[in-house]
Amino acid sequence: MDNFLALFSEYDVLGAFLVNIELTLWSALFSLVLGVVLVMMRISPISSLRAVAGGYVELFKNMPLTIIMVFMVLGAYAQLKLTFSDTFATNFFWLAVTGLSLYTAAFVCEALRSGINTVPLGQAEAARALGLNFMQSAGLIILPQAFRGSVAPLGNTLIALLKNSTVAAAASVSTETSSLMSEMIEFHADAIIEIFLIFAIGYVILIIPIGVLTTYLSNKLAVRR
Amino acid sequence: MSEQNEATTQVRRPKPLASGTEQAGQPLVELSHVDKHYDKLHVLKDINLTVNKGEVLVVVGPSGSGKSTMCRTINRLETIDSGVIRIDGKPLPQEGKELAELRAEVGMVFQSFNLFANKTILDNVTLAPIKVRHMDKKEAEDLAMDLLDRVGVASQANKMPSQLSGGQQQRVAIARALAMRPKVMLFDEPTSALDPEMVNEVLDVMVELAHEGMTMICITHEMGFARKAADRIVFMADGQILESGTPDEFFDHPKTDRAKDFLSKILTH
Repeated sequence: MDNFLALFSEYDVLGAFLVNIELTLWSALFSLVLGVVLVMMRISPISSLRAVAGGYVELFKNMPLTIIMVFMVLGAYAQLKLTFSDTFATNFFWLAVTGLSLYTAAFVCEALRSGINTVPLGQAEAARALGLNFMQSAGLIILPQAFRGSVAPLGNTLIALLKNSTVAAAASVSTETSSLMSEMIEFHADAIIEIFLIFAIGYVILIIPIGVLTTYLSNKLAVRR
Repeated sequence: MSEQNEATTQVRRPKPLASGTEQAGQPLVELSHVDKHYDKLHVLKDINLTVNKGEVLVVVGPSGSGKSTMCRTINRLETIDSGVIRIDGKPLPQEGKELAELRAEVGMVFQSFNLFANKTILDNVTLAPIKVRHMDKKEAEDLAMDLLDRVGVASQANKMPSQLSGGQQQRVAIARALAMRPKVMLFDEPTSALDPEMVNEVLDVMVELAHEGMTMICITHEMGFARKAADRIVFMADGQILESGTPDEFFDHPKTDRAKDFLSKILTH
């Protein structure tokens, strides 16, 4: 117990979790926007848009996140000069958010597509038969129902995103949890079990409520037919 | 627009559900030499059919005869391989803005109702007038309430579709289509998914529409309705139109063996 208290007083563990939460929230926002755009492209009547979105999803879904994160720093930043800020820490933070968002958007798209599959074809036919155009049918009828039908997979994507945010270490975000954990282990090799427990339990505490909430919402929001 | 305002200020006096009946007798929907395949299956074989303004056409025939497919080609929910379909003289446009405009003029009622599950009954009816016709909200709601009242479900306006019975949902679907003031109404087996005791409440609305001069194309297995409301019956089998005639001609003196066989199977009970 003394070990725990010593570790907590020496290191800013909560601050590190906060960094991961921030990474997660920003990435969730951007990946949701990008995922919605992608899924609308995937169901659009224009075949080239469908192909582009399909290609994007296959590419990012099947690429290891670590490679994307390393690319953000060594490729996008160092070679292509993509810069968000002159402050190193801020710059790497946003590079990590970009990498996480690009990656997660593929999964958001897939989650929403599973939701779209729960919407009967007749809904789209009725919308078209009334003279609504594609954007109106998608925005007013299909996607609102698809969202409500994909709460559970979207929740799982959020959980995966929170855990994946630790890969930001690969994008040189040095204040987040997995970087801090490595640092703590380096200086406190005698307390490895305690250090593992702190981070493992920390994530479990963060993630259990997300799971409970998505289960609740997916029942509450389910579209009655 | 003033016409609708007027209607809502009146005491609920029945107002024709149909519009534009003054030019009765002119061709409104024309299909000529329409062919369609699903891979190797030839589902529509050289269909030629003209429906005049104000006419009530009932299409009957066995399952898989292409009735539904034909109905769905008229607002291009199904594409065709060859031939021409004209609505009010204009050929069906390709996918896009013009097609959306045309679909707004063609009301459709589906077998499975297809009310928007995420919208209230009222919103189901007002959605298209607001989004497609750019009617203002109040006006659209007045129109919707008027129509819902006419089909007898005004008291359900604020419920969700899943809270209504099948018959009520289908009547809402009819009101939703009528809210666009369509030139023609397509009914694709509107009573086939209903409990028997709810069939009549939907047919009553359809009969009323027919009497008011709405141009209607109805696919149905309700022979009582066909006899009562139809101006003309078309019999389809195997993707072809085999017979076309008045209800009396068709029911009492079917010409083809296929039609005789069909009628003998459905009229014996």
